[in-house]
Amino acid sequence: MTLVAAGLIVVLLAGITIRLAIESAGTWARFGLGFLGGTTWDVVNGVYGALPFVAGTVESSLLALIIAVPLSLLTAIFLAELAPRWLSVPLTFLVELLAAIPSVVVGLWGVFVLSPFLRDTVEKWLVGALGFIPIFSGPAFGIGLFSASVVLAIMIVPTIVSVSREVIVAVPGAQREAMLALGATRWETTRRAVLPYARSGIVGAVILGLGRALGETMAVTMVIGNKDIVPTRVFDQAQTIASKIATTFNEAQVGIQTQSLIALGLVLLAITLALNVIARLLVRQVAGDGGGLASGG
Amino acid sequence: MAIDAAQPETPGAPEGRQNPQGRPPPETEETAVAGHAPGVRHAPGVGHSPELRPGVQRLPIAVGPGPGDLTDGAAASEATAGLLEVRHLNAYYGTFRAIRDVDLSIRPNAVTALIGPSGCGKTTFLRTLNRMHELVPGATVQGTIELDGVDVYGSNIDPVRLRRVMGMVFQRPSPFPTMSIYDNVVAGLRLTGRHQRSELDAVVERSLRRAALWDEVKDKLRENGMSLSGGQQQRLCIARALAVGPEVLLMDEPASALDPIATLRIEELIAELKQSYTIVIVTHNMQQAARVSDRTAFLTMGEDRAGYLVEVDETSRIFTNPRERLTEDYVSGRFG
Repeated sequence: MTLVAAGLIVVLLAGITIRLAIESAGTWARFGLGFLGGTTWDVVNGVYGALPFVAGTVESSLLALIIAVPLSLLTAIFLAELAPRWLSVPLTFLVELLAAIPSVVVGLWGVFVLSPFLRDTVEKWLVGALGFIPIFSGPAFGIGLFSASVVLAIMIVPTIVSVSREVIVAVPGAQREAMLALGATRWETTRRAVLPYARSGIVGAVILGLGRALGETMAVTMVIGNKDIVPTRVFDQAQTIASKIATTFNEAQVGIQTQSLIALGLVLLAITLALNVIARLLVRQVAGDGGGLASGG
Repeated sequence: MAIDAAQPETPGAPEGRQNPQGRPPPETEETAVAGHAPGVRHAPGVGHSPELRPGVQRLPIAVGPGPGDLTDGAAASEATAGLLEVRHLNAYYGTFRAIRDVDLSIRPNAVTALIGPSGCGKTTFLRTLNRMHELVPGATVQGTIELDGVDVYGSNIDPVRLRRVMGMVFQRPSPFPTMSIYDNVVAGLRLTGRHQRSELDAVVERSLRRAALWDEVKDKLRENGMSLSGGQQQRLCIARALAVGPEVLLMDEPASALDPIATLRIEELIAELKQSYTIVIVTHNMQQAARVSDRTAFLTMGEDRAGYLVEVDETSRIFTNPRERLTEDYVSGRFG
C-alpha cells in the first residue's frame, strides 16, 4: 500500500514533467534554448521569449528573501530563545496564522493598502536617498516589483519563522549550557552556540520560503504590474512566470502561444527543482561538516 | 534577580559594593587585562583574613582572571585561591525547595566529591556555585556562597564573569559541533574579545596539555571536535573550561557517559588538576568518589524531597567510619 502511494507520487511528478515537455515541444523546436534568453513575447508576430518572466520571478523572489530573512530570523530567535512562554506561544500561533491568509486576500490588501502606502513612504524615501543608484531610480508607482516582493516577503515570513523556530528550539540545552558556563551572555550564547548548531536547518527554512515565493501566483499577479519587460529597477512593473501564465492562459490561442506558456511552466518547474536540489546539497554539506541537524529542510 | 544574598554590609569595606544599583561592572577588555596581572591576585594568606578583605574583595570575581592564570607566574598564588564557603544555602525551583540549608566549606587544591542518591540535589548544588542554577526560569537561591571571601551573589558580581572563574564540565561531552578542536578550546576566550593569534595559540597548547589531550590532537587542531572519541571529547571540554583561566572546576558526573578506560584517564586528569584548581565533582559512582576525592560530602533527600547535607569529611573517613548512620547505609550499599 505504502509503496503504491509512494510510487504514485513519483509517477505523478514524472508524468507532469513529461507532459509539459511534450506539450511545449513546438516552442522548443522553434526557438530552442534561445527561448530562455528571448526578451520579446509578441503574440501578433509569434515571437516568444522567457527572459522577462524568468528575471521577474528570480528578482522578486530574491528581493522577498532579502526582506524576509532578517525579519524572520530575528522573530524566530525571539520566539525560541528570549520570549517567556506566555508570550511565545500565542505569538507563534499568530505568525503561523499569517500563513493561513488566502493569497488572493493578501493580494487585494496589497493593491489597495500596501502599494499606495509604499509608494508614498518607503519607495519615495528610497528614490530620494538612493535614487543615484540605477536600480533605485524613480519613478515609483507603488504597483511593481518592489510591492510584489514585500507581499511575497509577508507570505514567506511565517514559513521561515516557524521552521527556524523549531530548529532553534531543537538545539540541545547542553550546547547552551556549555557556552553559558564559559562566561557567555544570553545573546552570545545564541549567536555562538545556538545559531551555528541550527544553521543547516535555518538554511532549509529559507529554501522552503524561497520555494513558496517562486511559485506564488495570485498575490504577485495582483500587485506586480504585469508588464512583459526584464526589470532593471526595483520599482519597475514586471511579470513573473506564474503571473504571466495566470493572466494569459485563458485567452491564449491553441498553437505556439499555448505551447510557449507551457514551456514557461516547465522552466518554472526546472528552477524550483534545481533550487531544491541545491538546497539539499547545501544542507547535507553543512550537516556532514558536523553541523547539527540534518532535518528541517 | 530574586536572590536574597543576606550578607550585611561590612562596615570597613565600602568599596566591596561598588555598584549599589546592582549593575555588573562594565565588561571591558581593560578591566579583564588588569585583573590577570599575576601580582595583583591575592597574596598567600590574604584570602580569609577579615581585616584585609576589602582590598581583595572585588579582584578575583568582579574583575576576573584571564588566561594569565595558566602562566607560571600565577601558580604561586594559586595555593590559596579558590576557597568556597557555603552557608545556609537553599535552592528553589519556583516554590519547590530542592536544597535545604547546606553549610559546606570547599578547600582549594583538593577534590571534593558530592555523593548521594538520585534527586538529592547534587547537581543543583553544583549549579548554585557558578550561578547556572538561576538560569532556569523560576529558580532562586537563598543563603551565601563566598569565593575567597567574596559573596558570589553580591550585587557587584556579574554572573557572566563569575562563570569564567568557576569553570564547569558536564555529564555528556558537549563540544561545539560546528567548531574545530582549536576553536572549541578558545571559544570562551573569544567571548572576552581576545583574538590575537599568538596568544590564542599559546592558550590552546597550554589548555590541551593540562587536559592531557595535546599529544593526541596536536596534529589535527583544525579538525572537527566531534571527530574525537567520547573520552577525548570530554577532555576537550575540560581544556575548553581551563582556557578561560578558572580557579574552580565544577564537574557534573564527568565520566558517567564514558567507558572504563576513558573514565580512568579523566580520573588521572582530575588528580593532576587539583594541584592548581579547586575541584568539586558530582558522582554517582562511589568507587570513583573514593578514588579521586580528598573530601566527600554526602547529601540525601528529606521527607519534603529537599536535598540536605548529611555530613562532609575526609573521603577515607566517609567510606570507612562515617559519623552518620545514613552515610554508612549509603556507602555500604544498603540504600540509594
